[in-house]
Amino acid sequence: METVQSALTVVHGLVAAALEAAAAYEVPALIEAGVFFTFAGLALLFACGVIFLRNVVHSALSLTATFLCVACLYFSIGAEFMGAVQILVYGGAVAILIVMAVMLTRRDDMARSNPSRGVAAHAAAAALAVLFLLAMAAVALLSPFPGGAPELPGDAAAGLADLMLSRYVLPFEAAAVLLLAALMGAVLLAKEADEA
Amino acid sequence: MMSFMELFQWASHVGLTHFLLFSALLFSAGLFGLLTKKGIIPLLMCVELMLNAVNINLVAFSRYLPARDYAGQLMAVFSIVVAAAELAVGVALAFRVYRDRRTVQVDELDRLRD
Repeated sequence: METVQSALTVVHGLVAAALEAAAAYEVPALIEAGVFFTFAGLALLFACGVIFLRNVVHSALSLTATFLCVACLYFSIGAEFMGAVQILVYGGAVAILIVMAVMLTRRDDMARSNPSRGVAAHAAAAALAVLFLLAMAAVALLSPFPGGAPELPGDAAAGLADLMLSRYVLPFEAAAVLLLAALMGAVLLAKEADEA
Repeated sequence: MMSFMELFQWASHVGLTHFLLFSALLFSAGLFGLLTKKGIIPLLMCVELMLNAVNINLVAFSRYLPARDYAGQLMAVFSIVVAAAELAVGVALAFRVYRDRRTVQVDELDRLRD
């Protein structure tokens, strides 16, 4: 009975806050917050799925879903080019590559092909992850960030192209060389040394 | 501590801190998985989670701090390039190791040569 009462109190508080916010014409902010929390929550849920699912194929699909949720977040923030690149590269290439890797390194018991270490390792890893999370949360919440950033004019693709070919042309060319080296290295490694 | 209404007000106006906290959570999840998993492919997947968290940070800073150009998103694009290249080489290594040693658990890869 008490839980029902406290649940009703919470619901009443939420509804009252929502009505108050709606009355203050903050509906766009609420919609944006709803979008953010939905996709951020889903992304974190699927990230937990990557870690805790026991079948590595399920884990790979969960990773793909994480990538798509992150792409939706990019679209919601106004970085449409980044969202498109995220879907193309991560959802389209990285996810496929990982599933192919899973397929070509099959074991007999796929249902338990994503093993974890023991409890001690879990505890130590959780301690380290929580420590890092607290440090990052402290930095994020306590740093005085300057606010009120206006939207940049033009779209991101044109702005990125301008940057990439003028001020950042050296990293651009280095990235091209890196991709070539990775391609050659991957082909060399995956084939036998005398076949390549 | 803040009242419920103040917390709701803070949470309902999405700003830089929301994205930083989300990316910190995603990074810690990837870190936890990286330290806990034993197969090569799950380890690579957790590294990809961490790299995604970093990209979210870069794009969020580019959007919410006063920027004069799209340098943050450009850094994120290069980060994606490096991540894809590293994943390709890692997966090729996994293939080779699987073919030679018939295992993908990193605990069993403890010799430099047979």
